[in-house]
Amino acid sequence: MSDASAGTSTAGSGTPDVSLAYESGVELQARSQWAYARMRFFRHRLAVASLIVLVLIALVGVFAPQLAPYGYDEIPLDDITASQNRPPTFDGWHLFGTDQLGRDYLSRVMYGIRTSLWVAIFVALVSTAIGTTIGALAGYYSGQVDNLLMRLTDLMLTLPGLAVLLTASVYLGSGEPLKIGLILALLFWTAVARIVRGLFLSLREREFVEAAKAAGASDLRIIVRHMLPNCLGPIIVNTTLVVAAAILVEAALSFLGFGIQPPNAALGKLVSEGQAEGFELWWLVTFPGLVIVLIALCVNFVGDGLRDAFDPTQRRIRA
Amino acid sequence: MPETEPILAIRDLTVEFDTEDGVVHAVTGVGYDLYPGEVLGVVGESGSGKSVSVLSVLGLIPMPPGRIVSGEAVFRGENLLDLSESGLRRIRGGPIAMIFQDPLTSLNPVLTIGEQISEAIKVHRPGSSAAAARQRAVELLQLVGVPSAEHRYDQYPHEFSGGMRQRAMIAMAIANDPKVLVADEPTTALDVTIQAQIIEVLKTAQRETHAAIVLITHDLGLVAELVDRVVVMYAGRVVEIGDVFSIFDSPRHPYTAGLLTSLPRLDTDVDRLEPIAGQPPSLITRPPGCAFHPRCTLSRGRAECRTDVPELRALGLEHGHRSACHFAEELAAAGRPVGGGTS
Repeated sequence: MSDASAGTSTAGSGTPDVSLAYESGVELQARSQWAYARMRFFRHRLAVASLIVLVLIALVGVFAPQLAPYGYDEIPLDDITASQNRPPTFDGWHLFGTDQLGRDYLSRVMYGIRTSLWVAIFVALVSTAIGTTIGALAGYYSGQVDNLLMRLTDLMLTLPGLAVLLTASVYLGSGEPLKIGLILALLFWTAVARIVRGLFLSLREREFVEAAKAAGASDLRIIVRHMLPNCLGPIIVNTTLVVAAAILVEAALSFLGFGIQPPNAALGKLVSEGQAEGFELWWLVTFPGLVIVLIALCVNFVGDGLRDAFDPTQRRIRA
Repeated sequence: MPETEPILAIRDLTVEFDTEDGVVHAVTGVGYDLYPGEVLGVVGESGSGKSVSVLSVLGLIPMPPGRIVSGEAVFRGENLLDLSESGLRRIRGGPIAMIFQDPLTSLNPVLTIGEQISEAIKVHRPGSSAAAARQRAVELLQLVGVPSAEHRYDQYPHEFSGGMRQRAMIAMAIANDPKVLVADEPTTALDVTIQAQIIEVLKTAQRETHAAIVLITHDLGLVAELVDRVVVMYAGRVVEIGDVFSIFDSPRHPYTAGLLTSLPRLDTDVDRLEPIAGQPPSLITRPPGCAFHPRCTLSRGRAECRTDVPELRALGLEHGHRSACHFAEELAAAGRPVGGGTS
């Protein structure tokens, strides 16, 4: 802004020094909380590397139908004995080998990623939505509402998860990714609920909440517009951690035979099928197992990075 | 001014808080009127009930532990204490708006200043478009003297200085053309130079909105600067009401007189300030009779002070100057305690 125009505008506002200072750009380049978080996250090398790996894995899952060299249940019927149980080879590009039915294992793992990630992300989103709602209501209204909702949460936490999962999958029927996802989501919301409740209990005492009340905002508006944005960091961190946990639990469930049913491929299911074949066919367990470990590890690292990024006390520069 | 109808009339308001140590009598039998367009200063030390007397009327004290025992607060013919929560929501931030003490903690750190002002507009005008709200918010920011308002609209509270934040708070408060503006210690959290600017902004805000202002403060300098009439509170009761000149010139309550003599002054040279002896009383076990009597220099152990709660009574002075002291007339006889008081 030119000196002349700065001069005229200050004459009107009556605070010459302040407005001159602002208009000539004396202030530091200001950053929003999100900008700071992003900056801190990108300084966290391990988290960034994990994020890249994760995105690549996810892309493989999403584009499995386009990328996979074979169909996930494509059995070479004409030549079945020759294609069965082949170790990893460049011959026919069976990089992960083939299984006992002669199906290309790389393709099956790619489709497995697709199913498992889909379930995990679904679980993370649904459980976060449920947990956030319950936690927000409990924390905002406190008192009796809080008591009721938190006892419900405690109840969920005391249930032996795996036993409930097995029972639920027997009664609700298993095999469909959507059903498995819903069952898992109903088990995973408790952690978010507790986190959000805690945050809300402290936020509701903050003056800006009182100020919003004094400005005539309704409860819903205060919760959604004023308090939830202040909880986004921890909620996002927790959601990523749920993705990792859900992948593992879904794998465990499939391994026990209560998860996704064949011929659908899910990572846990692949491990369990491979395990039945023994050590001779080592590639059947190793590749899907490695992918599970890789995904869980990367998600956890990204979660760590996010947690550090959202922690305002971490203003220092990270190695 | 007292000839017109009050816009807000608080009558016999009693508010208590239940705590583990007992019942805190935060506000007892408080009553005062607010007239259109005036600035009413409510002064008193911390815990004298000055904030509670206003916040409780707007339903802004936590209940429980808070409890409104009795009283009424008539605003435009309605008793605010009878209103439902949604009825109060309509009033709050609309015809009665608030400015808080600390603009840093009263602004939401994750929303931009502009979003928060627009928000205040949209709460009370549900139909207004985002563009219209933005337009109005920028105008308000300009009005309160925030430079480059268009640009500052999109900044976060932490990018604002303390004074600028308080300007933004004032912009938010006047967004819906309030009839009453409650300013709860609006300058306490700011440094002195900024305080002077904020006082100017408050004056501008009043000129624009013609709102009556309730200024809750313990800063007598601010009172002298801005206020038309003064309500002095002590231990949850009103001890003196009068217009600002008669209160400052001839206080008729020993507490007010003590407050004024304890102020540093530029026109007389004193080595030590003269504090009011003793401590403010506990609001759980308030002294019987006049709550001020253990610290009072006028009482001299007279029995009346210890047994009877003095009523707020007119003293036959102009501007409705009233005092709650059994011996208010003796102060008049003693002459002006301020200025010559330290000699």
